[in-house]
Amino acid sequence: MKAAVIVFPGSNCDRDVQVALRKAMGQEPLMVWHKETDFDAVDLIVLPGGFSYGDYLRCGAIAANSPVMNEVIRRAGKGVAVLGICNGFQMLTETGLVPGTLMRNADLRYICRDVDIKVETSQSLFTAKYEQDQAIRIPVAHHDGNYFADDDTLAALEDRGQVAFRYCDAKGNVTPEANPNGSQRNIAGVYNETKTVLGLMPHPERLADPKLGGSDGKPFFDGLVEALS
Amino acid sequence: MKARVHVTLKNGVLDPQGKAIQQALGALGFGGVDDVRQGKVIEFSLQEADPAKARADVEAMCQKLLANTVIENYAIELDA
Repeated sequence: MKAAVIVFPGSNCDRDVQVALRKAMGQEPLMVWHKETDFDAVDLIVLPGGFSYGDYLRCGAIAANSPVMNEVIRRAGKGVAVLGICNGFQMLTETGLVPGTLMRNADLRYICRDVDIKVETSQSLFTAKYEQDQAIRIPVAHHDGNYFADDDTLAALEDRGQVAFRYCDAKGNVTPEANPNGSQRNIAGVYNETKTVLGLMPHPERLADPKLGGSDGKPFFDGLVEALS
Repeated sequence: MKARVHVTLKNGVLDPQGKAIQQALGALGFGGVDDVRQGKVIEFSLQEADPAKARADVEAMCQKLLANTVIENYAIELDA
């Protein structure tokens, strides 16, 4: 499997995801600067977390219109797997590759802590190494993670099984108390219609090694390598 | 030509920042303030002299970048 991590000015999780991918794949991912318009064929493209372009205008809005993004959108259209984590999720919504948008957290605070999220399905490239309804614990770190979509879009997402993860308690119960940021229906991550593109606010790359305090994020990358090799 | 774009949240989209402003106004003693919504104004100059073309250009800018039409409305003002 080959992977590319797109690096924007202001990305700050690009190296974390590089390490997680290196460990899972046994080889280096390509690191691609945002000004590139072409790069080697890969099986997975990662849009990392951070504060691309200082979050100016709207989080992810400038990155979504940067030179490399045309190529990312073109390849996503051909079925290449694309993963957007945190700021990368915001970019995916801004490009329209996944529906909805991410608004300021309901309590207006920046949230940086571990949360529990429920795996809605194991039938995807990204979640094959998890069990359906499994609760996993990985961190969030965001100011704008409040998922919003209109009612018709939400209904369509549910019908097609495009909700990937929901905030839950440690036992996997999806409750209002377990919702850290006001996201509609506790949504923490969504797929595109073909489930080849995933955007999620939590950071699996930050707890993919026991040395970091947990490894619930590791099966995420191991599953991707198995599915795409 | 000067252009001014007002970007506001659509009706029905919760505005936590507007709510916080409303509470702060209340705490300052400004009673009777309801429905506070926060938006943004983006101003720029255009070389285009034809108002119809300028409007079409700014419309495209709003659709592509300046507003996120999932949650935002925009209004365009042009001054010769």
